[in-house]
Amino acid sequence: MNLRDSRAVFAKELQAENLHVWRADRHVLKGVGFVLPLGECLKVSGPNGAGKTTLLRTLCGLIFPEEGRVLADGEDVRADLRAFHASLMYLGHEAPLKADLTARENLRYWIGVRRALPAQALDGALARVGAGAWCDRLVRTLSAGQRRRVALAGLALMFTPLWLLDEPTTNLDTEGQRVAGELMAEQLARGGAIVVAAHQELPDAVRGARVLELAA
Amino acid sequence: MRSAGLSAPASSVAVAAGPVSRDAAASAPALTAACLAVSRDLALAFRRRGQLVQPLAFFVLVTLLFPLAVSPELARLRSIAPGVLWVAALLASLLALEFLFRDDAQDGTLEQYALSGQSLTWLMFAKTLAHWLLTGLPLSIVAPFAALSLGVGPAALPGILAAMVVGTVTLSLIGAIAAALTLGMKRSGVLLALLTLPLSLPVLICGARATELAVSGNAYLAPLELLAALAVLAVTLAPLAAAAAVRISLE
Repeated sequence: MNLRDSRAVFAKELQAENLHVWRADRHVLKGVGFVLPLGECLKVSGPNGAGKTTLLRTLCGLIFPEEGRVLADGEDVRADLRAFHASLMYLGHEAPLKADLTARENLRYWIGVRRALPAQALDGALARVGAGAWCDRLVRTLSAGQRRRVALAGLALMFTPLWLLDEPTTNLDTEGQRVAGELMAEQLARGGAIVVAAHQELPDAVRGARVLELAA
Repeated sequence: MRSAGLSAPASSVAVAAGPVSRDAAASAPALTAACLAVSRDLALAFRRRGQLVQPLAFFVLVTLLFPLAVSPELARLRSIAPGVLWVAALLASLLALEFLFRDDAQDGTLEQYALSGQSLTWLMFAKTLAHWLLTGLPLSIVAPFAALSLGVGPAALPGILAAMVVGTVTLSLIGAIAAALTLGMKRSGVLLALLTLPLSLPVLICGARATELAVSGNAYLAPLELLAALAVLAVTLAPLAAAAAVRISLE
């Protein structure tokens, strides 16, 4: 059984069906639903506390909804959660980086757990996000924007059918935002889907995204 | 293959790394993933050596307190040495537990492990193995020296080393369950002890018995085998429990 053959679980569309999620005694998601074909981008927007992050975490199966289902190609993702996880990349609003490792080491350990990672692919991704000059510095010495760029380099290495991004452009300068937009456009061009939570405008490259508005 | 789910243009899209072949994006084998998880934790620990040395120093200090508190008479020290060594080892391994998953939970590493498509149970096993290499193994190596200072003869040292090596494996694994269960809490120190110590009693009993037999020059194989059986049980079940607890904490 090849659990990581992403074709098995994911080839057409991601669907959320009437999602209801409670956090403690608060009803955060009240019947959220959408269909997102691969190759398209869905922007989730709404005021702070509207449940954008909760929605993303529910979509990737970290939170189980009280009601409703997440479907990949019409099949409940909970039937084979591991295969579904292998076909997605989730980037939270904090980059999952270790302060005591360098940017390069962080990527090697973080992405290496998921895919074979030749050195030149790693170098390429770091250069791509403009991290070539400082990728051997400890992450604790990097600025918030630089950390975000390291996270983008991780994203650039994951060709999974689905990307779930939580505020991917926070702290980025214009150049960083351009790279983020470029990466997202590439993901769409190769037939991948993106769900992105953002309250700012998305980069130009993916401006045509569908929008899902969550109410507070 | 990672890129397999995407339509044909996948391989033709210009990615910074150059033309990424399908093989280059193949998913990592489970063994590679585990090795990376272990080496990440080892690399991190060696950048923060203080956390490594503290449990060891604690262990040595506690064993050195007994000659002062009980009696400097070697015959008496020798008779309490097995108990002293094991209680000290148990407490020292507790000290190191709080850091086992804490940082990984805070910076999102555990989340990425859970979403990696690899078995979380397997990755938890790898993390616990790294933890044992960093705390259990050094404790086992220091224990014979501590035993010497308690008047134990050199003939007993191999037995003490063996019992400690096997016993600390189980202690690390039991600790991993407790550490994963208390992830949601701000200060988990005392609860961690309350959860871990009762579960560790079999290890304490068999370990101290094996050590006692080794010190008195008798065959210690029987309790050692019991210790090994406990370790096997822990290796099979503890990572499952720890992974389940981590998933709950992520929700």
